[in-house]
Amino acid sequence: MTADLEPAPTAGAAGADPLPRLGDDDLKLLLTIRHFERKLLDLFGQGALNGTTHTCLGQEYVPVALRTLLEPRDFVFSNHRGHGHYLARYEDPAGLLAEIMGREGAVCRGVGGSQHILRDRYLSTGVQGQSLPVAVGMAIHLRRREPGALACAYIGDGTWGEGAVYEALNMAALWRLPLLVVVEHNGVAQSTPTTAQMAGTIAGRAAAFGVEHHRVGTADVAAIRRELAPRVARVRAGDGPLVAEFATHRVGPHSKGDDTRPPGVIREAEEADWYRRYAAAHPEHHSRWDAVARDLVERVAADVAARPPSDWDAPCA
Amino acid sequence: MRVAENLNRALHGLLESDPRVHVLGEDIADPYGGAFKITKGLSTRFPDRVLPTPLSEGAIVGAAAGLALGGEAAIAEIMFGDFAALAFDQLVNFAAKSVSMYGRPVPLPMIVRCPMGGRRGYGPTHSQSLQKHFVGVPGLDLYETSPFHDAGALLPDVLARAVPAVLFEDKVLYAQRMFEDGAVDDLFAFDLVGDGPGVARVYVDDPEVFDCVLIAPGGMAERALGAMRRLLLEQEIVCALLVPARLHPFDVEAPLPTLERAGVVCVAEEGTAGGTWGAEVAHRIHERLWAGLRRPVRLIHSADSVVPTAGHLEERVLVQESTIFEAVVEAVRD
Repeated sequence: MTADLEPAPTAGAAGADPLPRLGDDDLKLLLTIRHFERKLLDLFGQGALNGTTHTCLGQEYVPVALRTLLEPRDFVFSNHRGHGHYLARYEDPAGLLAEIMGREGAVCRGVGGSQHILRDRYLSTGVQGQSLPVAVGMAIHLRRREPGALACAYIGDGTWGEGAVYEALNMAALWRLPLLVVVEHNGVAQSTPTTAQMAGTIAGRAAAFGVEHHRVGTADVAAIRRELAPRVARVRAGDGPLVAEFATHRVGPHSKGDDTRPPGVIREAEEADWYRRYAAAHPEHHSRWDAVARDLVERVAADVAARPPSDWDAPCA
Repeated sequence: MRVAENLNRALHGLLESDPRVHVLGEDIADPYGGAFKITKGLSTRFPDRVLPTPLSEGAIVGAAAGLALGGEAAIAEIMFGDFAALAFDQLVNFAAKSVSMYGRPVPLPMIVRCPMGGRRGYGPTHSQSLQKHFVGVPGLDLYETSPFHDAGALLPDVLARAVPAVLFEDKVLYAQRMFEDGAVDDLFAFDLVGDGPGVARVYVDDPEVFDCVLIAPGGMAERALGAMRRLLLEQEIVCALLVPARLHPFDVEAPLPTLERAGVVCVAEEGTAGGTWGAEVAHRIHERLWAGLRRPVRLIHSADSVVPTAGHLEERVLVQESTIFEAVVEAVRD
C-alpha cells in the first residue's frame, strides 16, 4: 500500500475569509497567547527551558472563541498543545510559565510541566486520546450533580488514531452525555500529514456513532461563537455529545525546530495565520494591542525567570 | 459465607452507604449479574449508579477515573483480569499519575476489580495472574481478596485512602468459604495484624512458634494451608502463614515481629516466573532482616509458561499444594 505522503492543505481551512474587528479583550488574549508561545521558543533557543514544549501558534483563536461558550462549572480537558487552552481560561501567563520553567508560583510546582496541568476544573494530559474516557466519567458526574454543565475535551486530528477516542465516543453517544469534543484539525500529526494517517473523515467517524458534528472553517471569533452557541446549548440540555472540528493551521513546529513540512505547506499556513491577516485588516487595532501583549509577556518572563526554583515534597532516590 | 457472596454484599453495602459510589463493567447488570455473579442485584437496587458498559476496558477504567476526579467514587469490573492489559494506559499513565503529577495529592477513590488465576480451564488468555505487571507503579496500590479479609471492611478502607487501586480476585477462591472468628479449621487459627485491612497471620497453636513463615496472597491461601497441614502431619514442620490484603506497597512492618523470628521464609504466588511480586517481597524482607535469615527468601511461583487449557497440562504449569510442600521441605531441611 502506498500512502499519499504529499502533505495536502487542510481543505477549506480558516484563512480566506475576512476577519472582522475583534473586541479588545479577545484581541489582547489572542496576542498574549501568541507572544507567550513565541517567548517559549525564544527561551528554548537560549537554553533556558528544560525538556520540550508544543506551541499552539496559529490555533490561538480556537480556545479564545470558546472562552465565552464555556462556563466556570464546565470541566476542560486539554492536551499536549494546551498553553492557549489554559491562558484562555485563566489569563495566568505567570503561573503557566513558572510551571514550564520550574519556578516558584508554578501551577503544579513544576512537576507536570507544559503538558500536565491541573487547576480547578482544568486538566491536561500528555497521552493522546487518554482524556476522552476520563471526560466521559466526568460528564456522568456533571450530569448527575450539576445538570447543564459539560465536559470539554480538546484533541487533534492525530488523536483520532487512538482507540480510546472511539470507546469514549461510543459511551458518550450511548448515554447522551454532555461532552463537547473540540478537534483542532491542523492537517498534520507531528510530522505526518493527515492524508497519510487518517482514512475517511472526522465527520464520517462522528456520524458512525450518531454524534453531531460541526465543522468550523473560519477564524472569525464572533462567527465561531454564533455557529457553536446553539449547538453547545444542546449539549448542555442533554441532547448528547458534539464534535466541533476546527479546520485550522499549525503555524509553528510540532515542538521546537522540528517542522519538516515542505516550504509550500508552511507558507500556506503562514498566509492563513490570523495574526498576519488581522494586522493587515486592522493595523491600528492590532499594533496597539500587540505592543501591550508583547510587553506583558516580556515582563512576565523577566519576573518568572528571576524567581527561585519551585519546591515539591519529592521522594528522594 | 462464600467469598463471592462476601464481595457481593460488600458492593451492596458500599452503594447503600456511600452515594458517591458507582459500579461500571461489562455484563454486570441483572439478571446476568456479572460473569462471576459478583455484581448480582446491584443494578436492580441502584440502577442510576450501576453502569453496564460496552466492551471497552480502557474507557471503563478511564471513566472510573473521571468519576473519581469529579468527586465520586468508582468500582470498575474487568471481566477477566487478563483484559486489564487493555486498560494499562488509563491505570498507569492517567489514574496513578494524576494522584501526584500535578504537584499536590489529588484524591482518586477508585478500585479496578480483576478476577485472576487459572484452575478453571479457560486457557492462556483468561487464566493469568498479572499482579506482577502492576507492581512498583508509583500511585497505584494493589490488593487481593482473601478468605481472611472481609471485603465489607476492605473496600471502604481502600476507597477512603483515595489512591487508585487494583483488586485482584482469584476465581477459584470465589467459591470457597470465608474464615471468621479466628478459626480456619481443626488445626489452624488466625488473627489480623497491622492497621487497616492488615495482614492475616495463620498459625498452629502459638503464633510465635514455627519453623518457616509462608507468605501468600489470598488466592494462594487454600493451597498454602493444604501444604501446611501435610508439612505438619508428615514432616513435623510447623509453618506460619501471612496473607496480606495489600500486595503493594507490601507492608513489611506489620508482620515484622513474626518475620523476625523466622529463619526461613517462603513466598508463594500463582504468577509465572520472572519479575514476580514475591521477588519484591523478598527484597523488602532482605533489606530488614538479612542478618537473621538462615537462607535467602525462597520464591515459589508458576513456571515460565503460558497457562494451558487442558487440565493435566495446566496442573504442570501452575503452583500446586505439592509445589509449596516440596519447596518448604527443601528450604527448611537445606
